[in-house]
Amino acid sequence: MENLKYRFDGGTPTRGVTAIVGVLGSGNLEVLVEPVALGGACEIEVSTAARGFGSIWQAVMKDFFARHRVGDIRVSVNDAGATPAIVSLRLDQAIETYIAQGKSKT
Amino acid sequence: MLKPNENMRDHERQRRNQKLARAASVLGASLRDKIVPADLAVRLLEAVIAPGDRVCLEGDNQKQADFLAQSLIQVDPEKVNRLHMLQSVLALPEHLDLYELGIAELLDFSFSGPQAARLARMVGKKQIRIGAIHTYLELFSRYFVDLTPHVALVVAQSADAQGNLYTGPNTEDTPAIVEATAFKNGIVIAQVNELVDKVPRVDIPGDWVNFVIPSPRPHVIEPLFTRDPAQISEIQVLMAMMAIKGIYAEYGVQRLNHGIGFDTAAIELLLPTYAESLGLKGKICSHWALNPHPTMIPAIEAGFVKSIHAFGSELGMENYIAARPDVFFTGPDGSMRSNRAFSQAAGHYACDLFIGSTLQIDMAGNSSTATLDRISGFGGAPNMGADAGGRRHASPAWLKAGEQRRSQQPGIPRGRKLVVQMVETFREHMQPAFVAELDAWKLAEFANMPIPPVMIYGDDVTHILTEEGIANLLLCANAEEREQAIRGVAGYTEMGLGRDARMVENLRDRGVIRRAEDMGINKRDATRDLLAAHSIKDLVRASGGLYQPPVRFRNW
Repeated sequence: MENLKYRFDGGTPTRGVTAIVGVLGSGNLEVLVEPVALGGACEIEVSTAARGFGSIWQAVMKDFFARHRVGDIRVSVNDAGATPAIVSLRLDQAIETYIAQGKSKT
Repeated sequence: MLKPNENMRDHERQRRNQKLARAASVLGASLRDKIVPADLAVRLLEAVIAPGDRVCLEGDNQKQADFLAQSLIQVDPEKVNRLHMLQSVLALPEHLDLYELGIAELLDFSFSGPQAARLARMVGKKQIRIGAIHTYLELFSRYFVDLTPHVALVVAQSADAQGNLYTGPNTEDTPAIVEATAFKNGIVIAQVNELVDKVPRVDIPGDWVNFVIPSPRPHVIEPLFTRDPAQISEIQVLMAMMAIKGIYAEYGVQRLNHGIGFDTAAIELLLPTYAESLGLKGKICSHWALNPHPTMIPAIEAGFVKSIHAFGSELGMENYIAARPDVFFTGPDGSMRSNRAFSQAAGHYACDLFIGSTLQIDMAGNSSTATLDRISGFGGAPNMGADAGGRRHASPAWLKAGEQRRSQQPGIPRGRKLVVQMVETFREHMQPAFVAELDAWKLAEFANMPIPPVMIYGDDVTHILTEEGIANLLLCANAEEREQAIRGVAGYTEMGLGRDARMVENLRDRGVIRRAEDMGINKRDATRDLLAAHSIKDLVRASGGLYQPPVRFRNW
């Protein structure tokens, strides 16, 4: 197992409701998005079964933040060997679900 | 007295007649018409195969002359040795046992899928000599030029006493092999599953066949082209959407060939749903050179498909095919006639598009499935995935591709085949599909090959399709643009991360690189819900119960 942490500052505080997408099956991953007061930052924690891909995770997360620029959010990733394509897809789905659930609540 | 050249002319025929006389004396009264009992198979082979003979042992992509292979490894190596084996496919362990037993020494072949790792080990130990690795069409062609078999060991479904053979839907390579052998002083031996009074149709005329052996067991056959829709991922759905909207619709591709795999199975299952919703029925995908993929059933039933000519058949599809003679090439008996040689020629000359997967692509667009520990060969992909330089007839898709090429490389008007490589940027276990150097180079050095075994050359590839988008190489002005176009769809691989971001954005502005959103595709729509079938059971249902999947694909 490898644990990786990323923090991106300068996002827009984004309200929503805790969301979880994906499954922890081989080649897949689970993504949890929850609201946390982080002064506008987006924190991402990755727990992955595959070691040695830190630079790829870094690039994937940087692009994710550039796409959404969300703040006051913690993203937790539980990875079972997903490819970057699947990771990006699940991250997008998770953040969209988080925001949509927030809207339907109000 | 004969002149010397007449003597030479008769030599091969005399040699064959001597072999046939030897066979007659060995078999004696056991030979009835052309029928040889199975327990005399080894003795027959010893009588008709001479040391150093070229022997074609029918190993196709799907069916195998397995009983004859098992018989051939039992011959006495004192009598039968130094054989030069000719085979489309090395599929069975016996195909390589021959070299360990000292029966054969030289091999010319096309594809070695299941035996690729052992073949590489044996080449490393110098237990086997490879003449060349061919495409199917190349190997068949050489049967008629410089590699004509002295003896062909083939396989059919049934035979009558006169040696007429019925191959059933898996005709595959048999006609090409038998024609080359029978008309050039060779000897043809067929193993059959059953003897009948009258064959349902004559696939091989009896006077081209010397001996028929009823096999103790039905021949081996593999369902190679069955893909369970349950295993298709959302990423594959997204890539299939891009293929349909960004390439098929863009060029109006009507005549095509699909490679094997889940990527192309996803396209097939999106035809009656996504393509239909784009109004593309009748405008794309009507004529195919293709094995009868079960994942084609929904598209056929939706009226997308006008015709399919097949290289071979697919286990379980027999009844469905028989019910759709409007689409498949079938005989008066109702079953399909496939023919690998003709279908390969059709794919090369009469199709406007090939799309398939690969393992590695380099920065010039060369692609290869070779890895250092496996010598897997080529099969048919290089013939499908190559611009046909000899083609002269025009079609809209071919003309449009040619026009795009000429926008960068001016020249006399001519068309261009669309050759698409469809890959996810990472395969399982995070193996990158994009590399600086193909493993094929190391394999060539290791196995002492004259050239690296490239599946599809970069200059034949027109499009590279990944989950990140489509790179249209026809629109690249030079090698540098081409490299950046490839890097621009190479995702988070080292090659992708090493892109020149500004140049890639520029290529995107020019439409050389197109992302999903550039094609009006919303990634959120790429769900498995779009697949016309979600399971093998759905395919059975779509076929009206006619498709009968092999047991291993039944999970209900």
